Amino acid sequence: MARGTKNRHVGIVGIGETKFSSHREDVNQPEMIHEAVRQALDDAGIGIQEVDCVVHGNMELFEMVHQPDLWHVLGSGAYGKDSFRITTGGTTGGTLVCAADNLVASGMYDVVLAIGFEKLQEGHTTGGITNMADPLWARKLQSGALTDSAAVKLIEEFGPERAKRAAMTYRIIMDQHACLNPNSHRAFGLDWDQMDDLMADSPPLIGNLRLIHMCSQSDGACALIFASEERARQIAKKPVWLRDHITVHREETLNLCTNYYPNNPTHRFAAEQLFARNGIDAPLDYFDVFEMYDPSAWWGVDWLRDFFLLEGDAHLKLVEDREIAIGGRMPINPSGGVIAANPIGATAMVRVAEAAKQIRGDAGPHQVPRTVRHALASSFGGTMWTVLLMLEDELNGWGMP
Amino acid sequence: MQSDFDTSDCYTIEGKLALPYTYFAGRVGSRFITTLRDQHKIMGVRCAACDTVFVPPRQTCERCLGDLTDSWCEVGSRGRVVNFTVVRYPDRHLPRPVPFVLAMILLEGADTPIVHLLEGIPPEQVAVDMAVEAVFAETTTNTIRDIDHFKPCDA
Repeated sequence: MARGTKNRHVGIVGIGETKFSSHREDVNQPEMIHEAVRQALDDAGIGIQEVDCVVHGNMELFEMVHQPDLWHVLGSGAYGKDSFRITTGGTTGGTLVCAADNLVASGMYDVVLAIGFEKLQEGHTTGGITNMADPLWARKLQSGALTDSAAVKLIEEFGPERAKRAAMTYRIIMDQHACLNPNSHRAFGLDWDQMDDLMADSPPLIGNLRLIHMCSQSDGACALIFASEERARQIAKKPVWLRDHITVHREETLNLCTNYYPNNPTHRFAAEQLFARNGIDAPLDYFDVFEMYDPSAWWGVDWLRDFFLLEGDAHLKLVEDREIAIGGRMPINPSGGVIAANPIGATAMVRVAEAAKQIRGDAGPHQVPRTVRHALASSFGGTMWTVLLMLEDELNGWGMP
Repeated sequence: MQSDFDTSDCYTIEGKLALPYTYFAGRVGSRFITTLRDQHKIMGVRCAACDTVFVPPRQTCERCLGDLTDSWCEVGSRGRVVNFTVVRYPDRHLPRPVPFVLAMILLEGADTPIVHLLEGIPPEQVAVDMAVEAVFAETTTNTIRDIDHFKPCDA
């Protein structure tokens, strides 16, 4: 099958998201997952018996539970069904969507339920990713997304004042979006007159990365139901079509021991490939909304250039002119993005869920105030791992050979 | 099977992980525990569609995904051993010095067995189908250990 084409079309027909929070002592893991699953089933208006296959994912080791998908059958509804578990770090939620899409597009299953979750309060995130650390022997000490590499890069290129203002502008816009989203874990109500104070006083984490720039870790789950075109039209009033997706990672070029610097940014490479094979010349014009996996405000600003294939300071101008705000030219993360909530195994799937809601027009208070036809969603994980996905409101000839 | 690999001058590096964790009993599991603690009652949930009483209780029936959160029913504190094992190795996570008996016990009115300690009988005398009853703990731990153990009883 040629890239950019599908064996058959796949639509999202059910969406479920829990409220995201730093703590969910009230529920155990199956109960928390069930909240999202029940919502997705109700949203689709189907029973669990109509689901053929369940794809389940989270970050391995984060809850210290072996084979969580088996325990979670109580909440996932996978009893007696084919089931897969997927764990690809931060990109897990995106990979879950890719897998569900492939499973339906292939003809293997007509209806697939994908579930991403994390209950980070229960485990020890750093313990889960810093295992086998030896900086002198090709085993990096992983700090998650906690790095100021994007700050260094932006400051080097655009100077500290402009770069720091851009990052804080991005941050405040994301917070304003988060305040609109009832599922947000963190929504502070930041305002523009706090900008200078935040830039000076927010506790520093690493270099110019400050606490206010950074995402949290959250508890929560997301569930999406995918169906073949025929079933999707029967189930949903308005299926959202998954047009194409691409996965790129370059762990080996980030390896301290075998580093062929400079790294080719995976986001830009993914965007170039995905847009080229779908005939999209001007992504900034084509897409109506972008749900980006933005672990920090610095990365959010920097990655705009990669994802939209921009040159020079075009990405900075988008931020400075507040064109990334919900009513702007290219709304970024009307949901508030990852800085608003980061239940890791669900985070990337929430990007897709939120993009799909925008296309359906029922995102709620954070609905983009104009018609959304084409949406982009990204995932980030590992040590520069990209999954980039495109969603559409209509089947109008794309995707077929 | 090949066993003559050349391991001369092949080195290993030792490491160790510390992996702290917590986990939650959940909404339904917590009510099960508080009822044990406060009323010395063992509660299950009943799935009407599948005609099954689950003990310990859970939020959903995995067969039909029905919500059982409010489908409480009391089961007996007596039951029968459906299977058991004798634990003979000591470890920090274990609740008793070895040897001790872990038994699967089907309580009166329940369709699924719970696993608990069986005491008051030498391990070699434990038998499948023997009648047992719950002994509640004098001091609460807010866990399943608010049943301290099960002991043999008259059938």
